[in-house]
Amino acid sequence: MRTRLDVLICAGAACLSAHSAAVRDALAREIEAHGLSDEVRIVETGCMGPCELGPVMLVYPDGAFYIHVTPEDAAEIVEEHFLKGRPVERLLWTTPEARRIAEQRKQVPFFAKQRKVVLKNCGLIDPENIEEYIATDGYAALGKVLTEMTPTAVAETIAASGLRGRGGAGFPTGKKWGFVAGAPGPEKYVVCNADEGDPGAFMDRALLEGDPHAVLEGMAIAAYAVGANHGYIYVRAEYPLAINRVEAALAAAHRMGLLGNNIMETGFSFDIEVRMGAGAFVCGEETALIASLEGHRGQPRPRPPYPAVEGLFGKPTLINNVETFGNVRHIILNGADWFRSIGTESSPGTKVFALSGKVVNTGLVEVPMGTTLRELIFEIGGGIPDGKEFKAVQTGGPSGGCIPAEYLDTPIDYESLQELGSIMGSGGMIVMDADNCMVNLARFFLEFTANESCGKCIPCRVGLPAMLEILQRITRGDGRADDIDKLERLGKTIKTASLCGLGQTAPNPVLSTLRYFRDEYEEHLVGRCRAKECTALIRYWIDPEACRGCDQCRRACPVGAIAGTPGNPPYAIDAEACVRCGTCREVCPFGAVEILDRR
Amino acid sequence: MNRLIEKYAPTRENLLDILHALQDDNPHNYLTTAALRQAADYVGIPLSEVMSTATFYSMFSLKPRGRHIIRICESPPCLLLGAESVLTALQEMLEVQVGETTTDGAFTLETTSCLGACGVAPAMMIDDQLYGNLSRERLAEIIDRVRSSDEAR
Repeated sequence: MRTRLDVLICAGAACLSAHSAAVRDALAREIEAHGLSDEVRIVETGCMGPCELGPVMLVYPDGAFYIHVTPEDAAEIVEEHFLKGRPVERLLWTTPEARRIAEQRKQVPFFAKQRKVVLKNCGLIDPENIEEYIATDGYAALGKVLTEMTPTAVAETIAASGLRGRGGAGFPTGKKWGFVAGAPGPEKYVVCNADEGDPGAFMDRALLEGDPHAVLEGMAIAAYAVGANHGYIYVRAEYPLAINRVEAALAAAHRMGLLGNNIMETGFSFDIEVRMGAGAFVCGEETALIASLEGHRGQPRPRPPYPAVEGLFGKPTLINNVETFGNVRHIILNGADWFRSIGTESSPGTKVFALSGKVVNTGLVEVPMGTTLRELIFEIGGGIPDGKEFKAVQTGGPSGGCIPAEYLDTPIDYESLQELGSIMGSGGMIVMDADNCMVNLARFFLEFTANESCGKCIPCRVGLPAMLEILQRITRGDGRADDIDKLERLGKTIKTASLCGLGQTAPNPVLSTLRYFRDEYEEHLVGRCRAKECTALIRYWIDPEACRGCDQCRRACPVGAIAGTPGNPPYAIDAEACVRCGTCREVCPFGAVEILDRR
Repeated sequence: MNRLIEKYAPTRENLLDILHALQDDNPHNYLTTAALRQAADYVGIPLSEVMSTATFYSMFSLKPRGRHIIRICESPPCLLLGAESVLTALQEMLEVQVGETTTDGAFTLETTSCLGACGVAPAMMIDDQLYGNLSRERLAEIIDRVRSSDEAR
């Protein structure tokens, strides 16, 4: 049945957390009440990208994009827009350029600057309806390889496209497929690494939730190319929605004969099982992931042998990341040359980035490789909130590094980020402004990696807590003169001597902040935090000139450290009792609370 | 043999799924010694092996926990946007420290690594439900809602 309007409402994890399901229910009720059920259809989609603005929804065909929709808005939207054709302007995501509604989505820079390949269907189709996926040429690539291509030709096409692993290291995907295809033995496995855990990265979750069949199809094509009949998706247990959508997709694909025995009656068989992690970041490392899939402690082992030769249950195993698999069907359908026409020479294609931290439009974006950090953060991301100044962006999560403002015009690809002392990683981009202390940031990351170290090798198990201890005392104001040298020495040793990728990259946030923000480390040694973030180095002070005696700070203070009489300014903070939580500064209507250096 | 785990083949590779199933079934959200032994016998490996595996993963608990597990994200994107003060607020509100259970047995407060909800940081999960854009006010509202839906049951 064709409907007059399709209302696409985001049912990604972030929008659901902002009650998009309640909005859907309210809309459905109003549509029904207005007798529009035959004309207006609600489709629940995966992530549309701008998470901070959720719940979001898009109305087809007129292209109106609504943000921050609440159930209370449903009646107005249905009456005004769906019935009378007048979009509700106060809920539209407008920019000065997007005057015409139909142009709105194209004109909002957040969308206009993106190039969606992997996320093409995310936010556009109902991920729980396989027919919608098939309508977007879904499973056509699998049909093509099974009926028209030899396994070798498939691996060669992927190799020719120049696709590189999207999980972190950027290893050429086609080469990996070639290794597994060439490995001896009748039994092989294809594993999808969906143990996304890099702080600041959530593209794999979005793809699994928003377009799960694209990942399944990519895996099936890979299985045909390498000669595997059995696959696993290892998903972290923190992503229950992704697990449900993948399981539903698997069942639907089985029902339609697109997975399982004798796929499309070609004689090729491939099935996939979902396995859940149990909260261990290190399981994203491929040998640890294999150990976990086998039911053991998720500890890595030395390579070689590589999983391509000796992987799951000792058999040749292809392990690729979710986004990597998401690229496969597009390359098969459009060709390696098409893929190479996007992106840069050494890094073809697009990359999905997750914007978080101090940026206006947090969320997921997909751009061609070679896009600059400035375009990503300022044009698509909308810049830094509250007119503050950009300070640095952490790419590659806890394995990556901090890139300062002077490199904002760097085109992003695997090599350029590495030259700057960072990495692509899985595509997390954590943006920081002048209020963020770089030493403290390094401490955050080290806390994370020290905590997630599996404990198998000594450099990582003992070295990371040693680095963390130094960072803790520097941010406490107890740093010693030789601490910076010690951090550098320890960092280099841990990188060289650790067993797996976790330890080999964990010092990067410290080393890169030391490279670009060494002066901040040095200032901490003399008791100053310029970002005013390290609480041991600051004190709060009420400016007597600005204080009006409104009493709000005194009432809000959780430890009763503020004294004063209403209407009789100034108020004063007892520095000894103050826990420096910053609540008084947040509540003061007159901006009278200032942060000063403690010494 | 327990129906709960029978749907899994009795092989080592299913151990994590079996442990998840046993833990989820326990009203106090943990793995009892009996459950660990049951898993060991079912899979045919020593209890010490099961202990070793169960204690490696942060989501398995060998101690009783509350009816609901609150996992508050402690990753840098959440920390940059105030996760520490959200955690403090939660500790005050529930009168527990991280790792402890409220006296009424309703909530256990835990921290977690990235929940992949950085777009709506700071974030937390209560059981399988994700909550983002947390603030003191929103926290109180969420906790109240979980408590009252418990009472309604």
